[in-house]
Amino acid sequence: MRNVYIYILVMALVTYAIRVLPLTLIRKEIRSKTIKSFLYYVPYATLSAMTFPAILTAVENTYAALAGFIVALILAFFRRGLLTVAIGACAAVFIVELIL
Amino acid sequence: MESSRSSFTRGMRDGIPICLGYLAVSFAFGIQAVQSGLSVFQATLLSLTNVTSAGQFAGLGIISTSGSLLEMAGAQLIINLRYMLMSAAISQKIKPDEKVFHRMGIAYGMTDEVFAISASHPGVLSPFYSYGAILVSVFGWTLGTFLGAYSGEILPQRLISALGVALYGMFLAIVIPPARENVNVRITVIAAMLMSTIFTYAPVLKNISSGFRIIIVTIVIAGVAALLFPRDEEAGA
Repeated sequence: MRNVYIYILVMALVTYAIRVLPLTLIRKEIRSKTIKSFLYYVPYATLSAMTFPAILTAVENTYAALAGFIVALILAFFRRGLLTVAIGACAAVFIVELIL
Repeated sequence: MESSRSSFTRGMRDGIPICLGYLAVSFAFGIQAVQSGLSVFQATLLSLTNVTSAGQFAGLGIISTSGSLLEMAGAQLIINLRYMLMSAAISQKIKPDEKVFHRMGIAYGMTDEVFAISASHPGVLSPFYSYGAILVSVFGWTLGTFLGAYSGEILPQRLISALGVALYGMFLAIVIPPARENVNVRITVIAAMLMSTIFTYAPVLKNISSGFRIIIVTIVIAGVAALLFPRDEEAGA
């Protein structure tokens, strides 16, 4: 295995560059309505794409994963906080895995 | 405009649920990091310096298979490219003449969740609000990694397995409430999930790596949404 610290350094540098460049280079207000709208929709599109269908294969048992997904959807729909939704999803997976 | 101190306090308060959510996810990361051959210190340092979820998990795979540094850089660039879009969005929330020092400071902790609370923050974003949220959330992310790396082996396998969905639960908690309020966001969320599903299972398309898949889906879906449902200025961000 290569030196782990070099990997960590590369990861940190690339990730920080991605985060810092737009914040330091974009100094003016973006006027384009389309670009503004695009930036508004980005997090919803990204987080949704990251979550589904990946959540279904996040644990070994697909039914347990599906239960976790549904419980998270319901809790989020009723505006529960990040922690409640995360723990609720884990609990659903845990319970279904115990039963099956 | 609030004082710096009260912005900082409010950021810390809003960061608490993020911190707790991170504890669960980073705990899972810590366990996996040690299984991939990292020491407890290396795992903790990785979390403290990177503060990404998907990027770090992908990084472990590359470290354990001794991938090249170029592969590592490329994977991080693709998986974390969404932060570039988020930072660009936040650049519009801060004062146009905000100091470079502060811009560099808030960039460090720009995660999906910190972005979400910053973007929904009414009015101009104070860097001190971000510092409060970043301090508390990075603390949770780093502490959880340490605890997972240190104690993961003594926990039952079932419990560790269940923690695998914590991250996704957190993401749903961010996207679902606005999707409930706003029909355009709802369509965006459903379309992104559908397209991501097609790219995961369809022949040929499924060969695209998960990092690229997320980038393509984001650009296409957010782009189409921006064209079909442009936002009114008054509606705020």
